[in-house]
Amino acid sequence: MAIISRGFHGRRPAPGRNLPPGQYEVHDFPVLSAGPTPHVTHDEWEFTLTTETSARHTWDWAELMALPAETPTVDLHCVTKWSKFGTHWEGVSLDTLLADVETAADFALVHSYGGYTTNLPLADLLDGQAWIAHRYDGEELAPEHGGPARLLVPHLYLWKSAKWVRGIELLLDDEPGFWEGLGYHSYGDPWREQRYQGD
Amino acid sequence: MDTDRTSAQGTYEEYETAYEDGNTLGGPLSEIFAVDLTAAVGRCAGCGATGPLARLRVYDRAPGLVARCPDCSRVVLRLVRGPDTAWLDLQGAASLAIPLGGRG
Repeated sequence: MAIISRGFHGRRPAPGRNLPPGQYEVHDFPVLSAGPTPHVTHDEWEFTLTTETSARHTWDWAELMALPAETPTVDLHCVTKWSKFGTHWEGVSLDTLLADVETAADFALVHSYGGYTTNLPLADLLDGQAWIAHRYDGEELAPEHGGPARLLVPHLYLWKSAKWVRGIELLLDDEPGFWEGLGYHSYGDPWREQRYQGD
Repeated sequence: MDTDRTSAQGTYEEYETAYEDGNTLGGPLSEIFAVDLTAAVGRCAGCGATGPLARLRVYDRAPGLVARCPDCSRVVLRLVRGPDTAWLDLQGAASLAIPLGGRG
């Protein structure tokens, strides 16, 4: 029997799924990185929320694991134009982490191990829109995909879903992150194709 | 090659395939500058190490090019190419010595 080609890995999504403008579908999970991959052990890992009054709320790994986890299935949209549908995650909702945090902040600056930062409105971290994700596809999140834990905020371009997350600063004024300070859009809505400043 | 680094923020494992050498910058920078900057000698604003830009580690599987110091891994140069604008960040380069060839 002739070898049947698995065929063209199409640029059209499966029926019923929508791609944001300018995107194409992938079936693998591309690894993008702006630097060497940090390897942070569970023992070393810590996540800190810092408010505009410098109040700090810190969770270590055991404390994060003790919080109720959710299992979102979401589509990912990278600004480099690939999209991946139906990814399965497990993580703690930012609603849970922010529940007892008093703040008047409107903005958040996310910090990662390795020095990466990204900014977004605080409102985009709330109402079931964002998680500190620690498992992907039923397994511990691999370092190249941001493990031990990454921010997952899938309604914005994936550069906002900071890998190797270690903290979030809550701010009264918006402050650009690593890519937002170098031409990329401050908000990054894939459905409005907000890739670059001015889009 | 030393492929592991420990810093105050944890241990980093360097995947050799994760970055390219600084010659990768040649094409994108030639769109902006008239001279070949990969031969320019830069000084890292972080650790003070000097060397040609071609020696930098360039992470290009990212929304832009991120060139890091091979000695301390700090960002020396970043370049984002939009549809009609290029954004260049040289905050991490304390200086650049640019060879201009012989005088005529």
